[in-house]
Amino acid sequence: MTKAAELAKMGEVLTNSQIGGRRNIVINGAMQVSQRGTSFTGVGDGDNAYFLDRFQFLESGTPNGVFTITQASDGPAGFANSMKVDCTTAETAVAANERIFIQQKIEGQNLQHLKKGTSSAEKVTLSFHVKSNLTGTAVVQFYDTDNSRTIAQSYTIDSANTWEKKTITFDGDTTGAFVNDNNVSVRLEFYLQAGSNFTSGTLPTTWQSFLEANSAVGQTINVASSTDNNFYLTGVQLEVGSVATPFEHRSFGEELALCQRYYFQKINGNSQPVGIGSYISSGQIRTYIDFPVEMRADPSIVTSSGTSHFNLENPSDSFDGGWVLVQINKTSAIPYATGSVSGTTSYSGIIRSTSADARLAFNAEL
Amino acid sequence: MNIQTVRKNVIDGEVVSYQVTQQDSNLILSVPLDPANTDYQAILEWVEDGNTIEEAD
Repeated sequence: MTKAAELAKMGEVLTNSQIGGRRNIVINGAMQVSQRGTSFTGVGDGDNAYFLDRFQFLESGTPNGVFTITQASDGPAGFANSMKVDCTTAETAVAANERIFIQQKIEGQNLQHLKKGTSSAEKVTLSFHVKSNLTGTAVVQFYDTDNSRTIAQSYTIDSANTWEKKTITFDGDTTGAFVNDNNVSVRLEFYLQAGSNFTSGTLPTTWQSFLEANSAVGQTINVASSTDNNFYLTGVQLEVGSVATPFEHRSFGEELALCQRYYFQKINGNSQPVGIGSYISSGQIRTYIDFPVEMRADPSIVTSSGTSHFNLENPSDSFDGGWVLVQINKTSAIPYATGSVSGTTSYSGIIRSTSADARLAFNAEL
Repeated sequence: MNIQTVRKNVIDGEVVSYQVTQQDSNLILSVPLDPANTDYQAILEWVEDGNTIEEAD
């Protein structure tokens, strides 16, 4: 083998990451994991929530656009899923203070290898696949929440209803280190609409202090402009360096575990086991739940509030959702149920969900 | 999270968490008093906006 051939082979190996190790800083970039459900209707009116795991949908200002968000079975070759934003109620005029974007927040302790705030700060490259009925310009902003600094780039959707791969490289920033902790340090924002408060400045294509007017300069895509509109996103990868390497496909189990650090769906429907519970009084049931992975912070319990959503055997006793958090840490929780509980102190049994609408989850999102 | 109401959960005389109802959602949150929890942070902002946490029943 010639020297040139050896170098070419080495380049191929590196490109395919056969010795490169983990590269993608983004979690659930292939939109495989959607613990909360797969279709969400009526999203709008200032909603600020997670639907597919780790990707938050935000509307700010006083928006009128309403959307259905789904984990779509649609993607470019090699991707089984994407996040679909489908406009169901249009907004005819965009107010100055309105914006819509999808974002992923990233912990500071997962960004230390970017060496931000040092003379050897690394470039990062973002790649993703996008499809929309709209063509035009959209903006991605990389916002440093620790130091209120920002950098952004625009990209174009060139062909309607066609999957396109986009690649953006952001310079390293020699100013402002990321705090090495479990709180948010970066917001990676994909704009879908922006009012003039966010477009009247100059797009910050080099790192600078955050200025709202610069956030989405050049944005022409407005996903809320018509009920014909849709926007698909998948294959999101953020990696150190100035080259977009092939997407790092992780197994579903690996990706789910990464997501469960931020959100763990324990119960989503009927006839699902919660655990062993016991009456600590006639009106209180206590149980214990282990989390599959250590969560980012002490999580909130998220639970349905309906009547008779759960049941404890021995004897059979239905009770409501609305669990109360009593003791918790990053690995386990002891919640109490008090809604419509009526039993005999010290009796115990298996707790199950008894409603298709029953929900019990733990939230430690950024 | 669009907060509607927040109520203290008290066990043995101690506030152990906050019970939160939301606008436009039938999901209830029970939020620990952890400064790193973003639901807890949202409650603090909600209070700063002039809202009041209800005492326990």
